[in-house]
Amino acid sequence: MCWWSQKNSRNGKERSLMAELSYREALNRAMAEELARDPDVFLMGEEVGLYQGAYKVSKGLLEKFGEGRIIDTPITEAGFVGVGIGAAMCGLRPIIELMTWNFSFVAFDQIVNNAAKLRYMSGGKLKIPIVFRGPQGAAHQLAAQHSQTVDALYSHFPGLVVVAPATPRDAYGLLKSAIRDDNPVIFLESEVLYNAKGPVEDNEFLLPIGKGEIKREGTDVTVVAWNKMLYVALTAAERLSQQGISAEVIDPRTLRPLDDELIFNSVRKTNHCVIVEESWPQNSAGAEISDRVHRQCFDYLDAPVARVNSQDVPMPYAKYLEHAVMPEVSQVIDAVKLVLYIED
Amino acid sequence: MKMLYEKMLLCRRFEEKAAVAYGTGKIGGFCHLYIGQEAVAAGALCMLRKTDYAIAAYREHAHAILKGIDPKYVMAELYGKVTGSSRGKGGSMHIFDMDCRFLGGHGIVGGQIPIAAGAGFSIKYRKTDDVVVCFFGEGAIHQGVFHESMNLAALWHLPVIFICENNRYGMGTSLERASSIYDLSKKALAYEMERGVVDGMDAVNVWERVSEAVDYARHTKKPTLLEARTYRFRGHSMSDPATYRTKDELNEMKSRDPISLQKELLVAQKLVDEAWFEEVDKKVKAEMEVVMRFAEESPDPDLAELHDHVLVEPEEQSQREGAKSDG
Repeated sequence: MCWWSQKNSRNGKERSLMAELSYREALNRAMAEELARDPDVFLMGEEVGLYQGAYKVSKGLLEKFGEGRIIDTPITEAGFVGVGIGAAMCGLRPIIELMTWNFSFVAFDQIVNNAAKLRYMSGGKLKIPIVFRGPQGAAHQLAAQHSQTVDALYSHFPGLVVVAPATPRDAYGLLKSAIRDDNPVIFLESEVLYNAKGPVEDNEFLLPIGKGEIKREGTDVTVVAWNKMLYVALTAAERLSQQGISAEVIDPRTLRPLDDELIFNSVRKTNHCVIVEESWPQNSAGAEISDRVHRQCFDYLDAPVARVNSQDVPMPYAKYLEHAVMPEVSQVIDAVKLVLYIED
Repeated sequence: MKMLYEKMLLCRRFEEKAAVAYGTGKIGGFCHLYIGQEAVAAGALCMLRKTDYAIAAYREHAHAILKGIDPKYVMAELYGKVTGSSRGKGGSMHIFDMDCRFLGGHGIVGGQIPIAAGAGFSIKYRKTDDVVVCFFGEGAIHQGVFHESMNLAALWHLPVIFICENNRYGMGTSLERASSIYDLSKKALAYEMERGVVDGMDAVNVWERVSEAVDYARHTKKPTLLEARTYRFRGHSMSDPATYRTKDELNEMKSRDPISLQKELLVAQKLVDEAWFEEVDKKVKAEMEVVMRFAEESPDPDLAELHDHVLVEPEEQSQREGAKSDG
């Protein structure tokens, strides 16, 4: 029996060990706890205070912590990202909310040339304890400039840590760790995940950055997926099980540093691997994982790694076209059957 | 006054040595000399407290030294030695020292300006009365981050003194070819910020005007934009023969060499005699000998350090206590 199912079995009289939280509420709780724990932590970004967050992730924080620590900015991404980096150099621990990661491109120089480089360029004298967080990827018909994933882009640079949680529990535990980490952390959320619900323990906990998790155990094929593609992979795994195929679903949760051993161990067991990601196929995080699996698990693979990606086009607006671009459950099922040499 | 002369002379001799070392291949990469502009850094930094911050672009040897970093660590960094201020990983453009509160050393034009605002933000957040002095060239003034930072500093009352070192050329492009206005301090008007123009060849003038701005920032937390009109006597970097400007112009500016001007001032005011100048000269020469020997004799970085300092490693993390990890 799953241990969290106990909470429903005692007539609700005892204090539950676990609450159902949305991904949004989990992030909010993580920030509220860290703001309360450490006076050096502050939240800065567009609409994070009075407006309660463009996606309401920071709801209630202004009231609780005041405008000295929940800081609304003008629309000036390069400016406030740089301010955050400067404040972090001086020992504060900023959480910088980017309304979406698409807007990070106007602050790209600050993130890449400053946040990612300052420690190395100073020979280890500087620390940049900062979290940049916000949603990435497609939502609903937002078109090309508002529908991009950046996980490959930011995981390219040494000097950055890249985290991309999928579940409320992971979002909570990893955001708390990110805020306490002394490095610049790129924290990738998802607009369509904000309402996703899941169990999160009531007691405080941290999850380690750089460690993935087996989200569903299986024996026939390893499916690697993160962020909102985890749900696509899990749905595919469920349908595959009805056809007698046992898929193991692995969520690396952190893209840099990558928990390759977890993936390799699974592939050495299942001998087959499929990678599902929302990014475009070229030079993506999935391409990197595929390369590592091919090189490190070559003798164990019974088929080349298969990948499922978005179509290689800027995101179109029309609903029907957008739908055609995004990776689907059926594509994951097809990819699994391809590597298992199963013909329908 | 005497101190300003000594400080400028130290920076001048330091960079003359650096130029020679560059010529013999001991210093590589880009090396942007500050020769001619010494009055700005000397005048602007001499009244600061140790706890005040300073930040500059990539022509920053003088700022780093005058904010308190021992010149031998700066020279060793130029040499790429492990004893350098960044253990040989930064080079000429990336000198840092948090003990001296010198925040760098930045290679992207204008990229350091929002960081200065961030340092100002940290001062306000911690409710101290320190200030930040931020240096950048007139070439940086056309970058978006300059304007974004000016707006934030004025909007949030951040104690930052923005000093635009207008040496008239952004690499080879003259101010006239790059800016729609001549008086760059006017940029402050758009943000209702205090502003001023100073003679960047006159260390005393710089010192007086920056002191006012520093006091203003300490007491009101508000920023100031100062334009220091100066000139670099060398090219943009070591590879630049500076053919885009006339010899007459260069000679005219050299006639206002900040170190000579300061010397004339000291003589005219009878503050020192000729023996004092000789003594300072000797002292600086002796210090430079120590600096050069240190840089020459220091070892190269160990190859084993190549992968160090990319990230703060788990065992070096400051907040691991009480971190209950349940995987």
